[in-house]
Amino acid sequence: MSNLFIPNPKEAESIHILREVAAQFERPVLLFSGGKDSITLVRLAQKAFFPAKIPFPLLHVDTGHNFPETIEFRDKLVSELGLELIVRNVQDSIDQGKVREERGRYASRNTLQTTTLLDAIEEFKFDACIGGARRDEEKARAKERVFSVRDDFGQWDEKNQRPELFDMLNGKIHVGQNVRVFPISNWTELDVWEYIKTENIEIPSIYFAHKREVFFRDGMIWTANEHVYREQTELVEEKMVRFRTVGDMTCTAAVLSEAVTLDDVVAEIRDSTISERGARIDDKRSEAAMETRKKVGYF
Amino acid sequence: MDIQGRKLIKIATAGSVDDGKSTLIGRLLYDTKSLTTDKIEAIERSSRQRGYDYLDFSLATDGLVAEREQGITIDVAHIYFNTEKTNFIVADTPGHVEYTRNMVTGASTSNVAIILIDARKGVIEQTYRHFFISNLLRISHVVVAINKMDLVGYDEDIYLKIKADFDALVEKSDFRQEQITFIPVSALKGENIARKSEHMPWYLGNTLLDHLEILEPADLQESTVARFPIQYVIRPKTEAYHDFRGFSGKLYGGSLKVGDAVTVLPSGNESTIKSIHFFDQELEEAAPGSSIAITLATEVDCSRGDMIVKSGFVPKSEKTLSATICQVNSKALRVGGKYILQHGINRVLAKVDQIESRIHTDFTGTEEAEQLKLNDIGRVHFRLSKPIHFDSYHDNKSNGSFILIDEGSYDTVSVGFIE
Repeated sequence: MSNLFIPNPKEAESIHILREVAAQFERPVLLFSGGKDSITLVRLAQKAFFPAKIPFPLLHVDTGHNFPETIEFRDKLVSELGLELIVRNVQDSIDQGKVREERGRYASRNTLQTTTLLDAIEEFKFDACIGGARRDEEKARAKERVFSVRDDFGQWDEKNQRPELFDMLNGKIHVGQNVRVFPISNWTELDVWEYIKTENIEIPSIYFAHKREVFFRDGMIWTANEHVYREQTELVEEKMVRFRTVGDMTCTAAVLSEAVTLDDVVAEIRDSTISERGARIDDKRSEAAMETRKKVGYF
Repeated sequence: MDIQGRKLIKIATAGSVDDGKSTLIGRLLYDTKSLTTDKIEAIERSSRQRGYDYLDFSLATDGLVAEREQGITIDVAHIYFNTEKTNFIVADTPGHVEYTRNMVTGASTSNVAIILIDARKGVIEQTYRHFFISNLLRISHVVVAINKMDLVGYDEDIYLKIKADFDALVEKSDFRQEQITFIPVSALKGENIARKSEHMPWYLGNTLLDHLEILEPADLQESTVARFPIQYVIRPKTEAYHDFRGFSGKLYGGSLKVGDAVTVLPSGNESTIKSIHFFDQELEEAAPGSSIAITLATEVDCSRGDMIVKSGFVPKSEKTLSATICQVNSKALRVGGKYILQHGINRVLAKVDQIESRIHTDFTGTEEAEQLKLNDIGRVHFRLSKPIHFDSYHDNKSNGSFILIDEGSYDTVSVGFIE
């Protein structure tokens, strides 16, 4: 009995969920942002289907305001693992007049992504979209199901969610509906980081401390870049920073950090007194910011 | 072990409206330093706006706008916190009369239940229901947290009276006395949560947090015989793995090892386990809960929904079954109704043959019923389109439970516990 394999329950649960997706749906897709959560999903999917390849493509909704390091990383990962990558651009949705670019001090393409995502779902007839959202991120997400049914308009009806009992997943849907799947629902931010460390998973360089041109606004550190609106009075400085989440430059704030290795990062997260979403400018808009966006189909 | 090498304990909380459940959870988060400064600031801000002179921890857990407006919890929320040694997942389930289904849902993934009792009110009808559901789902351990002790002057007699009333309930259940623990607390003031209360020297037991920490997940898990339902067949069709046919799935009940003689259901074909795979590792033996892939020594016809079990330890395979049903949808269950029955990952069609009774959730027996409405619990007999391979819920939780899916809406309408 010395060689009895004892599973990590959260990892085993995620693999179980990913296999259910492959078995229950015809056209699943993994929504890939280049962030640590979706990178973790890719590793879990590798584990779920090994020695076969991951049986679904990756979809990246590109706002055009991504950090270049993220895009570079994405392309490398895809080619190393021989995955299929689909990219759809928010810029195209803007050019087609489907959405209007926000203006001013807090302009961001973050909410515009929803339209591009819903269009891609329709274009490819995806019936399951796998995402890296976690329940510990935000209180509206704490109520999200593992299999979350969305209607033709991508809307989330939070009061009429299917109860999820034991580990039985009901992915039965009607034509036009799709399911958002969250395999790492039960993971915490620290779980993800510890996992990346134990598994030795490569992540984009912006997660580690580096020198960057930034400016300060509302007590947050913003990236100084052509895509980010900046007042003349907001002065650019060079600082040692890193990012805790990877979204758009316009909605992801940096933190001052000296953490250059994974060990440093994990130690920093463990001692951190600000939650991960505390560095998300998009959530600060109002107490119900996340819930309002989710209702209309945001991830 | 969980990801960080900590043990993982899953808890469902149950209490009536205003028993202070959200406050208790908020307090656990606060005392374990799981609330970050921005979250504490948000709570302080909201508490001030509402004119409270204390921190309203319930604001940390009540997620949806409607809940914040009404000040009640209306759906299951999952909350995460950890101590040095343990990771906790809390399924916070609402205590409203009409929301029995939420507690069943939350309890289905938990191995510990915390039942909250307001010390001023004592054991009430809701307490009966919460304990009934804990009993029905065979939760491994129940903590009875007698809350708001600060409002009754930390009076031991009140605590003892409630404990005696609850003990009378325990006698009507399948629980053994050692599966139940009573703790007098004040969630608002933090008495006996993480800190031992100076106001209750008469209480000699552990604080809530200490008690939760000493529970061992291994003791909270059932150990029976191995059940391996096949989720997905892995066929790489690459040169290196040309003939590889891996039957992937999650293992329940007991362990499996290379060389085990196994039977594949429903065909009844016998074979031997040739290899067990977890990603790029080959395993000798896998413990229950593992998501693995298995190859067999002989070519056996096997696909999703089939089940691999140890030869000599086969489950029942029948086309009829009796189960305790909890209705989790507003559409009632009726005799003659047809459903998709999902047993683990396997689906068959099921027809309701007979509703034998509705079960009173206060341990007072049963009554005749023509239908089971939302939140009703009853005994039901089914006929199936094909046999399923099941154990009783008593013997094996995962192989003894199922859900019913409505053929029209595809909603999950019931959960069943096989007898």
